[in-house]
Amino acid sequence: MNIQNPPKDGTKDLEFEELESVVIRFAGDSGDGMQLTGTQFMASTALAGHGLSTFPDFPAEIRAPAGTTFGVSAFQIKFGSGRILTAGDEPDVLVAMNPAALKVNLDVLREGGLVLTDTGSFTARNLQKAGFEENPLKDDTLAKFQVIELDVTTFTLEAVKEFDLTKKDAIRCKNMWTLGLMLWMFSRDRIPIIDWLKAKFENVPQIANANVAALNAGHAFGETAELSIELKRYTIPTAQTEPGLYRTVTGGEALAWGLLAGAKLANLSIMFGSYPITPASPLLHILSRLKEFDVTTFQAEDEIAAICSAIGASFAGALGITSSSGPGIALKTEAMGLAITAELPLVIINSQRGGPSTGLPTKTEQSDLYQAMYGRNGDAPMPLICSHSPGDCFYTAIEAVRLATKFMTPVMLLTDGYITNAAEPWKLPDLDALEPFPVSFATTGDAEKRDHVPFQRDKHTLARTWAKPGTPGLEHRIGGLEKDIKTGNISYSASNHQKMTDLRMGKVAGIVDYIPKQEISLGKSDGPLVIVGWGSTFGPINQATRYATNEGLAVSHIQIRHLNPFPKNLGAILKGFDKVLVPEMNKGQLASVLRDKYLLDVLPMSKVSGQPFKVGEIVHKIKELLEG
Amino acid sequence: MNEQISPEKLTAKDFASDQEVRWCPGCGDYAILKCMQRTLPELGLRPENIVFVSGIGCSSRFPHYMATYGFHTIHGRAPAVATGIKLANPDLSVWVVTGDGDGLSIGGNHMLHVLRRNVDLNILLFNNEIYGLTKGQYSPTSRQGTKSPSSPYGSVEGAVSACRFALGAGARFVARAIDTDQKNMPDVFRRAHENKGASFVEIFQNCLVYNDQVFGEFADRSVAKEMQVHAEHGEPLIYGSDNDKGLIFNTKKMCIETATIGENGVTEKDILVHDETNLSLANMLVALEPPQMPVVVGIIYANPAATFEEQIFGQAEERKAIVGKGDLKAIMSAGRTWTVT
Ligand code: SF4
Repeated sequence: MNIQNPPKDGTKDLEFEELESVVIRFAGDSGDGMQLTGTQFMASTALAGHGLSTFPDFPAEIRAPAGTTFGVSAFQIKFGSGRILTAGDEPDVLVAMNPAALKVNLDVLREGGLVLTDTGSFTARNLQKAGFEENPLKDDTLAKFQVIELDVTTFTLEAVKEFDLTKKDAIRCKNMWTLGLMLWMFSRDRIPIIDWLKAKFENVPQIANANVAALNAGHAFGETAELSIELKRYTIPTAQTEPGLYRTVTGGEALAWGLLAGAKLANLSIMFGSYPITPASPLLHILSRLKEFDVTTFQAEDEIAAICSAIGASFAGALGITSSSGPGIALKTEAMGLAITAELPLVIINSQRGGPSTGLPTKTEQSDLYQAMYGRNGDAPMPLICSHSPGDCFYTAIEAVRLATKFMTPVMLLTDGYITNAAEPWKLPDLDALEPFPVSFATTGDAEKRDHVPFQRDKHTLARTWAKPGTPGLEHRIGGLEKDIKTGNISYSASNHQKMTDLRMGKVAGIVDYIPKQEISLGKSDGPLVIVGWGSTFGPINQATRYATNEGLAVSHIQIRHLNPFPKNLGAILKGFDKVLVPEMNKGQLASVLRDKYLLDVLPMSKVSGQPFKVGEIVHKIKELLEG
Repeated sequence: MNEQISPEKLTAKDFASDQEVRWCPGCGDYAILKCMQRTLPELGLRPENIVFVSGIGCSSRFPHYMATYGFHTIHGRAPAVATGIKLANPDLSVWVVTGDGDGLSIGGNHMLHVLRRNVDLNILLFNNEIYGLTKGQYSPTSRQGTKSPSSPYGSVEGAVSACRFALGAGARFVARAIDTDQKNMPDVFRRAHENKGASFVEIFQNCLVYNDQVFGEFADRSVAKEMQVHAEHGEPLIYGSDNDKGLIFNTKKMCIETATIGENGVTEKDILVHDETNLSLANMLVALEPPQMPVVVGIIYANPAATFEEQIFGQAEERKAIVGKGDLKAIMSAGRTWTVT
């Protein structure tokens, strides 16, 4: 295995992140526990002090028929020294637990990479289900790779024999045997994994012990085995990162904690209304457990009820939050308009997935930007922000709460399936250092001084006054019909509607004075080419820019966080470059929004295959644009 | 909080907003509005602690005319918005005003779930068996054969019965009132308010523009005594101009029939005694329909159970008792962490 893989020409074999890094892909049946194996390997990687990035890639079916290619579940991890921003383009190591896993992942494996297979699963029936006519271990299918064939099934059954498990339960320990071998290969400590197994199977010690035995057996195998291909151990240098307390975090966790932190800074309790949908549900699950916090979760009967309950809660003086993915967001559309016209704070989270319609529930995409920006009846402006990595979700969640409460408006926060499920090492934030933005509700005293208090506005932000039920003297009625600009009563006046429409537009546009200026992530502030990213394309764009810069190319990277309104100086920055390239996982949505806004010839770069961009793909494009 | 005693005695005026009421003259909605404004002061409620929530339709203008907090939301979604309000502040007295189209067609799903969850709301469904605001199309409660702009040759759909739907959804409180019946409606409102949990009230409301007299065969004063049974817990289900008719249970056919006291050997002892906690009885009573049978109004079913909010907040309290109040720093640094120096 060639870990130090110098860059070559073309895109296929580029390895341009920190030289000392490894990409491993665990693949097996959805029932093989690959996500679990990957997550535990990630934990041990983090504890060993490496930088890392992961990519869980699983099928839409919960238990697709065993052995089939569409039932293959994979977990990819890249780790090494330095900050790792993507899960890697091409795996160096593929762990394939069955023929189907081998079949679907062969294409992505680096030439010369290592394939570890469980020969025990290469039965005639499994080969046929995977669509192999011949056993690929016997012909030249794998000629380009180094192959280690191990009968993991038999080794595992042997290792857990003494625990008297059913055959099914015994075979399920296969993933721990494999993990044990991988831990050995990368000189990792087994203790944290053993502790975790014991805690997880606390009530079934027999299963816990069997899994531990399988893990140890896999590890011991590494120590003692003599194989035709030398099974090496690798040491990867640890990452040099900022001092502090670290943990691994998924986007779902960081979002949940960010919302809690944001609500606390606003001095509000949360009412979270949601309906189960892939890939947004992790947030509902995480918040539902946290009942000891000021958060009430409500699993509504549908997406519409979910957002409507959140709007009701905001009307009553809590912070309403709802979360979903594209199809569910579509259902919430009418209610978003209500929140916009009623001018109530609301946070809407969209974990985007492949579309249209049901689309690709478990595959990542960024194709809901138009929907977020324009997808409502009437002139219905709404602030939009996006997260660029799992850990970043913490900060964007706080920002969404800040904007929603300061401007009395719904705010949409865009993430995607990749960010929600992927994990990265994360330096724990200093909560005490976050600046509070407490909400002040109107009081009876205000009502004694002035009329129509709930419809009075802050002179600067144009935000309406928040008056909550239960406050004497502030009784008022609000709704979806157009409101008189002064009293809030129903108004059908044409000139009033013009004023109210202008006001709603002006309020959202005015947010520009309250958000940070656009910064340049990498490179100079002018030049021949800038690559503009939003959301989870951050990692590949940043790495590609770094790589190209090292090669002597003049390219800069800008990552946009505030999508509506855009930062004040964005247009000026973009105009300082000859070419603007926007790689995005859709057919060019941000590119056309930027063209529209700044009259620039923005070049789109599109990928909608359900997989994140590869660094190599972007480097290739940079070269094409700069070298012609 | 709702029950706080006010220093000054409030009157109907204190609950009427300054907005001009814009229903068609003679619409049944006026009578319901008046009755509500009259009843609320008697319940000891203060305007600031009340929220009226509505969807879309003629009835849904209701909140604008009340001098309380009000939210005129979007079509069919009032139960969901109201649920959110209760989850944010369970101390508020929250009233949902909806209609047959809003509550049983576009919002039928929400109605089902708000009832089964038993959210502490008072839900008033103004049933006029027609879409009024959109100019008279047949609604889900319209009887088969109803001629309307969208069913010029008569609708071919079976109608949904609001109260049978509510009972089927698991409602713990189901009552009925008639718009013009100012004598009995206040008591229905009072009981709905007192019931903790989802209180479902169907109000037969006359739309004189598009569906005039659709309830005439039992709601009209001239036939009221002969065609209405006023259910009262513990009292026999007797009706009729001479109080000589009653509902009896035919055990062989498993159904309710009418009988005249003094005829065919029927005595008052044979008449069914209303038990508002009996679900089977409630199901049979709400199914009685004119012209063959009288219509049962009043409190038909009242059998309270723990409310949704009570249980939600109860769980949170239990959790706090075990782990203490949430500490974000603690949960973020729990599990596997490492220090970089
Ligand atoms: S259309 Fe019918 S229901 Fe609507 S306001 Fe007029 S009379 Fe009342």
